[in-house]
Amino acid sequence: MSTRVLIVDDHRLFRSGVRAELGDGIEVVGEAEDVDTAVARIAELEPDVVLLDVHMPGGGGQEVLRRVLGSGSSVRFLALSVSDAAEDVIGVIRGGARGYVTKTISGRELTDAIKRVAEGDAVFSPRLAGFVLDAFASSEAPSIDPELDSLTQREREVLRLIARGYAYKEIAKELFISVKTVETHVSSVLRKLQLSNRHELSRWATARRLV
Amino acid sequence: MTRPVDGQLVAGVAKGIAQQLNLDPVVIRLAFVLLTVVNGIGIVAYAALWLFTPRRPYEGVPPQRDWSQIAAFTAIGMALMVFGWLTGASGGGIATWPIAVVGIGALILWQQADPDRRRRWMSGAVKGVRHNHIRSLIGMALVVIGASGFLYVQGEFAEMRPGLLFTAVVVGGLAVIAAPWLAGLWKELQLERRERIRQEERAEFAAHVHDSVLHTLTLIQRNAHDSREVQRLARSQERELRNWLYQPEQDADATLAAAVRRVAAEEEDAHGVPIEIVCVGDRELDSRFSAMVHAARQAMVNAAKYSESAVVSVYAEVEPEEVTIFVRDRGKGFDLNTVPDDRMGIRQSIIGRMERNGGSARIRTAPGEGTEVMLTMKVENS
Repeated sequence: MSTRVLIVDDHRLFRSGVRAELGDGIEVVGEAEDVDTAVARIAELEPDVVLLDVHMPGGGGQEVLRRVLGSGSSVRFLALSVSDAAEDVIGVIRGGARGYVTKTISGRELTDAIKRVAEGDAVFSPRLAGFVLDAFASSEAPSIDPELDSLTQREREVLRLIARGYAYKEIAKELFISVKTVETHVSSVLRKLQLSNRHELSRWATARRLV
Repeated sequence: MTRPVDGQLVAGVAKGIAQQLNLDPVVIRLAFVLLTVVNGIGIVAYAALWLFTPRRPYEGVPPQRDWSQIAAFTAIGMALMVFGWLTGASGGGIATWPIAVVGIGALILWQQADPDRRRRWMSGAVKGVRHNHIRSLIGMALVVIGASGFLYVQGEFAEMRPGLLFTAVVVGGLAVIAAPWLAGLWKELQLERRERIRQEERAEFAAHVHDSVLHTLTLIQRNAHDSREVQRLARSQERELRNWLYQPEQDADATLAAAVRRVAAEEEDAHGVPIEIVCVGDRELDSRFSAMVHAARQAMVNAAKYSESAVVSVYAEVEPEEVTIFVRDRGKGFDLNTVPDDRMGIRQSIIGRMERNGGSARIRTAPGEGTEVMLTMKVENS
């Protein structure tokens, strides 16, 4: 069965570009160009994965996440953006997206990422992995929940390899673990990123207006 | 002599004289204030000069007046007047001057505003008075009390103090009445100032887009047949625009991450292969780490030139005790043992340079497997 995808982006050219690039096993069921349409289409079409642009008129991707996930929907989001600003990346992930990739990603990689998100796994771009390492490393304040507020050695290793440009398969080979285990580690990092109430995570992202 | 527009406080008369006489305008301005306070000649002279001096031609948006300076000079003038009045140094008639000064100030503001704004000010003042019945009533009462009190003590002018007191009451009353109007005026000025700043920002943005983005788009159209060149142009423009939008001004020679970014950008431009950089942590750049960045640059050059990889990944991590830089490609790779000894790139520029500076370099590659260069350097804790 193919993965049903909704593309949310305010640029028509970009939507048709993505549509043309997506590989086998992906069925684009619809498109939306702003926040309201996106919320309506998601409710109506119930796609497996929503490809979500971060910057859109009317509140952007974060507003879509807030409204859709707030209503109890379990649809999965993959954020797709030209921006690599830490604020935006950390913002949509904490808003509930299961992954973040930049628009320069190739069609094949995007197809893989969509399938991975559809299966409930997380997708980290090298840059997102770098942000996470940076954000969790720069902590001197005592953490409230040690389990959520720090990364394990293994998670750190996995993130480091993602940041170095390794694909999941290559990471598995490098660390002598299965691809499934790599996915588990990444999902666990995603959970920490979303649930950790370390306020300095958001503050860090805002302070660091770096690309 | 002409009156310049930039740097004028009232009409540019003082600044014009100052430029003519090669003096600081502050001196001239103080002289005008002093002359005004002593016998009023200053203001007359100013007005005359204003009338008879031509305005210097000026193109573009007139610059913002420095209101704080105007306020300062007005305050000085007022203080001098009050002083003169209290000490009796300058006759009784001087008491009318503060009112004259305020009036002239208001007139200038009035004259500078456009007709539309004037209408708004007017309606605002009327509405303000109507809406603040209590305030107006109190103000009126104060004026009446003050005036009658003043008249009452007129007969016994020898007793100066009650007279002063009631004068103060009159002024207070007037202030209460005028307060909302003055506040509105002030708010209006602030608003106008903010709008002007916004316009300037927009103009700067437009200028930047024109110089960089539009220019690159033209170049791309002209080089449309050369896909490599088009990609190089697009990448370099993207990087520049990102830096301009998101990145704080950074000195590329001061920190490690900035240096790695700069080096990668230069090699990306030179070879037309995208170099993706991820940096975690940062530190100051000293000579050892500069050498490390040089080694990383050589690794990037090798990857971009020989690997035939579509993209090169660079990852730099600064930890408290160690710095690591990885340069990786997914290109064709090579057999390390077959590299001739005289190939300077790897042996000297990368491994040798790292070892000379107390670090190490490891190269992992095999034909068809891509190449990864790992550079590590311990942080010296001194």
